[in-house]
Amino acid sequence: MSGLPVNLSDSQIAEFGRQMDRIKYEVTRSLGDDDARYIRRLIKIQRLMLVAGRLMIYASLPFLPMAGLAVGSWVVFASVISLGIVALAVAKILENMEIGHNILHAQWDWMRDPQINSTTWEWDTHCVAEHWKQTHNVVHHTWTNVLGKDHDVGYGFLRVDAAQPWRPRHLIQPFFNVVLMVFFEWLLSMQSWRIEDVAEGRTTLAQMRPTIRTTLRKMLRQGLKDYVLFPLLAGPFFPVVAAANFVATVMRSIWSNMVIFCGHFPTGSYLFTEEQVENETRAEWYMRQMLGSSNFSGGRLMTIISGSLNYQIEHHLFPDMPSNRYPQVAPQVRALAAEYGLPYNTGTLLGQYWKTTAKIWRLALPGQAAPTEIRKQVSKAA
Amino acid sequence: MSLGQKMKWVLDSYFTPLTSSHYIELLNPLWADHQLHAKVVAVIDETKTARTLVLQPGRNWRIHRPGQHIRVGVTINGARHTRTYSLSSAPEAGGGQIAITVKASEGGFVSRHLTTEVKVGDLIPVGLPQGLFVMPEAGPVRPLFVTGGSGITPVMAMLRSLAIRRSAMSIVHIHYARHAWDVIFGQELRAMHRSLPNYRLIEIYTENKRRGIPGISDQPADLHLTRGALTAICPDWQDRESWVCGPTGLNEAALQIWRECQVESRLCIEAFHAKLAPLPGDAKGGVIKLQRSQKEISSDGQSSILQVAEAAGINLPHGCRMGICHGCNATLIAGTVRDLRTGAVRQCSPGETVQICVTAVSGDSEFDV
Repeated sequence: MSGLPVNLSDSQIAEFGRQMDRIKYEVTRSLGDDDARYIRRLIKIQRLMLVAGRLMIYASLPFLPMAGLAVGSWVVFASVISLGIVALAVAKILENMEIGHNILHAQWDWMRDPQINSTTWEWDTHCVAEHWKQTHNVVHHTWTNVLGKDHDVGYGFLRVDAAQPWRPRHLIQPFFNVVLMVFFEWLLSMQSWRIEDVAEGRTTLAQMRPTIRTTLRKMLRQGLKDYVLFPLLAGPFFPVVAAANFVATVMRSIWSNMVIFCGHFPTGSYLFTEEQVENETRAEWYMRQMLGSSNFSGGRLMTIISGSLNYQIEHHLFPDMPSNRYPQVAPQVRALAAEYGLPYNTGTLLGQYWKTTAKIWRLALPGQAAPTEIRKQVSKAA
Repeated sequence: MSLGQKMKWVLDSYFTPLTSSHYIELLNPLWADHQLHAKVVAVIDETKTARTLVLQPGRNWRIHRPGQHIRVGVTINGARHTRTYSLSSAPEAGGGQIAITVKASEGGFVSRHLTTEVKVGDLIPVGLPQGLFVMPEAGPVRPLFVTGGSGITPVMAMLRSLAIRRSAMSIVHIHYARHAWDVIFGQELRAMHRSLPNYRLIEIYTENKRRGIPGISDQPADLHLTRGALTAICPDWQDRESWVCGPTGLNEAALQIWRECQVESRLCIEAFHAKLAPLPGDAKGGVIKLQRSQKEISSDGQSSILQVAEAAGINLPHGCRMGICHGCNATLIAGTVRDLRTGAVRQCSPGETVQICVTAVSGDSEFDV
């Protein structure tokens, strides 16, 4: 019997795994020109949007009353610069989420285009792609929601499940959660530094130095671009452009943090122990991905702007499947979940985010959060 | 760093982690320098199955030497397939345009796509010219060319270049084709034969009755390259610098003949296919560890590392798939490999570069791809 909290026999689990393999195989076999066109077009739109956003920020400057021009008007300035900031933020969000994250998952390697390839892609964020592929693709996607293995369970600080022992530092987690949200890009890029491991003596600072240096070098280049080079083009309005760029990056941080926190933390997502996943089969791995991930609803635009992570369950089942196919496989996955009596954790974005936040607040204090609903659901179906 | 490089560095810093080229590409892909594309400007049908694509390469193009080849990327069903084609145009030809001539081979879905689906205006990813099948810079004085079938393409670039440069005194060209109507560039070659006093073309049709060539019989044996036939057509062949390009049979016959007469140093051969050697029965496989792809796959020791990886669903970068272009180069981290062209186990140490399209593993090995 598997150590998973489901009332299914080994052969039922194996059959569930075969069904998942079938879904994946059917998509892989049918990949073609339309899929390639999707990612190429998106990359093109994203780059044009980035240029448009930056241009609009400069276009707002003549309307600043301090510029001393006849067109000076706070209202016009605020509207134009807001449009620019939003366009820049959306471009950065697209670049990181629907484009970068998915390319780094090797979703588009099948096209054999050396420019759109997981081994060559570098994304527009502080986090170094090579580091991300280790902390995210290898650690998080292999050990999803395994306590003590998956660093994304609370990022080494937050207590997101009652199974994590309470520590006094968790008292400040409602506040730290906000800090993490605003500075998500910066903090995420430090994930590969293994700060707790260094603090607790599992590795040494000297060993982490090359990794830290690579990240700092990239941070410097990123910072130079947004907070020095582009603002310099504005001459005396340097601070305005620097601030606009900062707001755009913070908007991206807040959005990606929200979307990502809805992926595994909402109530109903299951956490696992190392014993439960020992000698795990591929079918059991599928099942764990299903139990440990959660979706939120949304149409085509929401899907693209959230990097298809509103289909987190499908993404975790098939991390290297081109993301534009998730909406197509989702009904099949959901039907299988129903057939096997498994929960399919989904809701609205705000609903899921509220569940996550409420849990983080509750778990700042010792003791249990809401009872895990999953066990009830599974045993009901069985 | 020169001033230009410094300015480029600053400009690119505005676009980090990409470069300015990624945005220039939005205006015109041919102006980009981070990848090289060529635009199809004309399509010319040469024979029933061969087609010439005239291409305008991007600004990063480097002028080729006649005889060289390029890698051409063809996107079919969203996925890119890379093949190598000889350039058939002379570098001196005006407008900076280049041409490749593709013959649709049987079962070759890439060549079929290139000869039927590609249209004027399409953008095709290309590589820079490569290859050592070239003439010396000064140009040969008395060259001999022996070509077979589509092996004419690199030689055509040489002939066109020689015709423009007018530097050679005497050019002899023996071309083998199945039929008279099957000769790629047939009309142009025959026109050159008529108009250029220093160029002599001898066509031999292997599946047709030949048109009486003095000195050789029409026995089937003589319709292929032999020392006797060669001497009859071109008595001073041993004194000439020679370029041979054709099917494996023709290339091997030529090598044999030139070796026998110990004038091998005057011979330059271009092969279109990697000739793989038979492997010993005890060739052992092993586990291939791909470090960067973070995959482990097992190999039978017979198939190339590239093939084994592809069968496992891992698409590794590669080019010609026949050991020419080095587009598939990988660094050996540990283990032993077998060169499939010689069939022998290669004595190489970690850190050496391996062409994974013509190399199999012999025992467990690890690579930096």
